[in-house]
Amino acid sequence: MMARLVRAAQDPIGPLAPTRITLTVDGEPVEGVLGQTLAGVMLSADTVAWRSTSFRDKPRGAFCGIGVCFDCLVVVNGQRDVRACQRRAAPGDVVEFHRDMPLSTPEERP
Amino acid sequence: MTEVLVIGSGPAGLAAACAARALGRRVVLLDASDYVGGQYWRHLPPERPARREAVLHHGWSRFQAMSQALERDPLCEIVTSAHVWAIDAGRVHVMVGEADGAGREARTYAAAAVVFATGAFDRALPIPGWDLPGVFTAGGAQALAKGERVAVGQRVVVAGSGPFLLPVASSLVQAGSTVVGVYEASHLAHLARQWTARPWQLLATPAKLLELAHYASVHVKNRIPYATGRAVTAIHGGQRVESVTISAIDETWRPIPGGDVVVAADAVCLGHGFTPRVELPIAAGCRLDARRFVQVDEHQRTSVAAFYAAGEITGIGGVDLSLSEGTIAGHMAAGGHLEDRALRDARARRDALRSFAERLERAHRIGENWTDWLSDETIVCRCEEVSVGRLRSVAETSRSSGLRSLKLQSRAGLGACQGRMCGRSVETILAAAAPGGHLIDESTTDRRPIATPIRLAELAFGNDKSVEK
Amino acid sequence: MDVTIVDRGPAAGGTSAAGEGNLLVSDKGPGAELELAKYSLDLWRSLVGSLEDELGSAFAPVEYDPKGGVVAASSASDAEALFRFAEAQRGVGVDARTLSVAEALALEPELSPAIAAAVFYPHDAQVQPAVASEALLASARAAGTRVLTGTAITGALRDSGGRLIGVTTTNGSISADDVVVAAGPWSGDVARLLGGVLHVGPRKGLLLVTTRMAHRVLHKVYDTSYVGAVQSDSSALQTSSVIESTAAGTVLIGSSRQDVGFDDRIDVAVLRAIAANAIRLMPFLADAMVMRAYGGFRPFSRDHLPIIGPDLDVPGLWYATGHEGAGIGLAPATAELLTALLLGEPTSIAVEAFLPGRASLVGTA
Ligand SMILES: Cc1cc2nc3c(=O)[nH]c(=O)nc-3n(C[C@H](O)[C@H](O)[C@H](O)COP(=O)(O)OP(=O)(O)OC[C@H]3O[C@@H](n4cnc5c(N)ncnc54)[C@H](O)[C@@H]3O)c2cc1C
Ligand SMILES: Cc1cc2nc3c(=O)[nH]c(=O)nc-3n(C[C@H](O)[C@H](O)[C@H](O)COP(=O)(O)OP(=O)(O)OC[C@H]3O[C@@H](n4cnc5c(N)ncnc54)[C@H](O)[C@@H]3O)c2cc1C
Ligand code: FES
Repeated sequence: MMARLVRAAQDPIGPLAPTRITLTVDGEPVEGVLGQTLAGVMLSADTVAWRSTSFRDKPRGAFCGIGVCFDCLVVVNGQRDVRACQRRAAPGDVVEFHRDMPLSTPEERP
Repeated sequence: MTEVLVIGSGPAGLAAACAARALGRRVVLLDASDYVGGQYWRHLPPERPARREAVLHHGWSRFQAMSQALERDPLCEIVTSAHVWAIDAGRVHVMVGEADGAGREARTYAAAAVVFATGAFDRALPIPGWDLPGVFTAGGAQALAKGERVAVGQRVVVAGSGPFLLPVASSLVQAGSTVVGVYEASHLAHLARQWTARPWQLLATPAKLLELAHYASVHVKNRIPYATGRAVTAIHGGQRVESVTISAIDETWRPIPGGDVVVAADAVCLGHGFTPRVELPIAAGCRLDARRFVQVDEHQRTSVAAFYAAGEITGIGGVDLSLSEGTIAGHMAAGGHLEDRALRDARARRDALRSFAERLERAHRIGENWTDWLSDETIVCRCEEVSVGRLRSVAETSRSSGLRSLKLQSRAGLGACQGRMCGRSVETILAAAAPGGHLIDESTTDRRPIATPIRLAELAFGNDKSVEK
Repeated sequence: MDVTIVDRGPAAGGTSAAGEGNLLVSDKGPGAELELAKYSLDLWRSLVGSLEDELGSAFAPVEYDPKGGVVAASSASDAEALFRFAEAQRGVGVDARTLSVAEALALEPELSPAIAAAVFYPHDAQVQPAVASEALLASARAAGTRVLTGTAITGALRDSGGRLIGVTTTNGSISADDVVVAAGPWSGDVARLLGGVLHVGPRKGLLLVTTRMAHRVLHKVYDTSYVGAVQSDSSALQTSSVIESTAAGTVLIGSSRQDVGFDDRIDVAVLRAIAANAIRLMPFLADAMVMRAYGGFRPFSRDHLPIIGPDLDVPGLWYATGHEGAGIGLAPATAELLTALLLGEPTSIAVEAFLPGRASLVGTA
């Protein structure tokens, strides 16, 4: 494990028992904790990339963590362009990844 | 009618709200986050209680005193999840609800006075490989540690410039990560020159020194290597960070040949200073100063009547300066006088801390030859994936010296973050490639009339429930 | 000819970088401007190819896209008016194909099924206007044109007889046999500096930009109010929908027309009106994320026609301006007409309607 949630037993802040929630991330059920952002849920599971870029098809995840870089965008319950680091996870959320590559070009022009 | 509207609830905004309330004014405090506290006091949500959260923070009791006083106060309305997206003709337009949600509640505020306290975000210079997953801004790693209890990696490299790298490393250690090293780009000799230039000035800011001393002790205790004159100049990995190149650099930040080492790491935290969040003040017509922070006078007044600014949007100086400026801005916005007793302390501290901040800034200023570590393939604009080579090529082929045209030709800065991440680096690279070595239009990458994205339907049907009490 | 271009800013930093790059015949009724547009669109078609050949692949793409335009009417009466308009256009050789709702939806699937009818204009096209301007400039430079940016015109250079023989600038004076004012909405000011009288005003327009999405807007899509607005004299706020996707995947949503001088602040009420119109036309856009608003000032003349040709009173002073919301589309034809006039050669199409001395301008001056 690389990115992860701080282990409760070793955490100097002495966390109390959290409420577990389940969401669907990229088709798989993922466990999270109530109060986490979507980025928090994914990073806790060592998912560091959840978007592929539109021109070069490169993996991206969170970068700035505070809502200014827009690298962490996900699709939440069908809504595109949601910043994962800003949106709190709600039980049952369905999170999909933006995969717009390759940018489709308009076909069928008469 | 709202008497004082405060935008941003970090140290500056909280202090401003408290000061305005102390003069009896009705206050509305808006913040886009779900909780007050800003970057400095970013904390866990109430759904995740802990016995000793204070150990992660400095000045936690001050934060609690301010935020609880405001929360209990019936004449202060705190609106969180309040995304201020536009300002026109003095009206402040807000969407209240989930970040990037749909169908949020639209509100428009008109206030007798507005205090901008929207803070700043980390500047990270482009580096080959900085777009790999596992690279974070230093503040981002900090925010994830404090606000999520997420450790961004197991073996983490912290690099950039400025004293802010120290608390980031401390937070990582507290989150259980191994900090491979903290690499400060400025040279020790340069730092020493700046820090000892006027040692008596440091005496006026003991709290700041104590805080730095605390971080230093954490570093000693955890044996975190701290090196100066070093920079991360390349980040390697396939799908995520695997290792980084750390280079010796000269005083202009040019890599010194033969001075590279490669170290294994699974995360990198970059912080080369801060960029203020100035889009709302710009939309309101406020002037920026030569360093491109919001220009304020002694009263914390901006160039536009009834608009005040405080905290990191007026200059980077840390939490104590933000608090002092906030106090003064809130007091003045509430109709107080500069000479009032209530401001005596805040003014003295502000003036002392500002000179401290100026020394910090001089000490950690970005070296002009950082661009030497770029290669043609290095991505500068992360959103539109525009490389250094592309920027230079549009400048060369069009021979344009206009930022707007060069942005449109290259697409740099036109993506989702609207140039927040790359803007100033793009300007630097384009200016160097432009005829005569500079850009001549008045356009900058700071202007963003839509301060935070909004769905078209929210815009169309945001039937403006004007809040005027 | 030996040519020098002078701009107080950088190149492509004025209106040409602050609008859209629609190259349209669809919005013009029979008349001189439509003839100019038809001719200009033909020129654009060959121009983009030769610019690309000349400038090479390192130059930013001009993003010429002859995608065609769909104009949709929202009510039966609008449809009737639109069909009449299209009929008249067909009469002068415009390819304007009337569509049933089903045909329109087949062509542009995200159009609102509530539309009453539509007309398809296969010859409507678009370019990236700032890049197109830079490409034209680069080509001119290669042909020997001198380009002085960061140099503002400050006044006239005259001989002892008072004849205009050049300009003074912030970087010294430049002598010239002829001076052409093509300063967009600022043309009136520059003309005045040179002793001419020219009425060109700014007509503000705002646009919205969405984040990137998979292409779902296949053609240029407008509502019928666009047709009315272009030729309108009203100074009140008007908005009409113009929706187009760009090569980068963003969608541009326009636009407004407002006479408020050079006030460049963004007015939220205007943005709301633009957004509401767009959703009516293409409902899927309701969820689209708007990340930017921008705009500029269309240079408009009193009779809403471009002003191309010599000043009536000042020998040596020429104009190429007043194109309002069509200056990108009309640029190549304007250049051809102006060049022919300067050389005293016959023009390829009739120029009388655009001459500065025409009755519709002089009469009201
Ligand atoms: C990610 C990050 C972490 C940091 N961590 C530390 C640290 O641990 N230690 C340290 O000494 N310094 C830290 N800093 C530096 C820190 O910014 C300052 O010391 C201090 O927080 C500045 O206070 P402020 O009130 O000016 O701004 P901030 O604390 O940044 O507060 C600004 C507030 O404005 C809100 N806001 C911004 N734009 C809008 C909008 N359009 N609509 C509504 N609300 C808006 C933000 O949500 C935020 O809450 C950090 C900086 C960053 C960027
Ligand atoms: C919102 C909007 C949407 C639009 N959409 C379209 C569209 O889809 N299709 C289309 O064809 N057209 C469109 N237009 C119109 C089009 O952009 C203009 O007609 C065209 O750009 C005008 O070009 P220009 O070269 O005349 O003026 P500009 O591009 O404004 O150039 C004038 C130049 O003169 C310079 N100047 C001014 N004063 C001086 C001085 N004293 N000395 C030296 N230089 C000076 C300026 O710096 C500037 O660079 C739109 C316009 C707007 C605002
Ligand atoms: S990580 Fe930067 S916006 Fe979410």
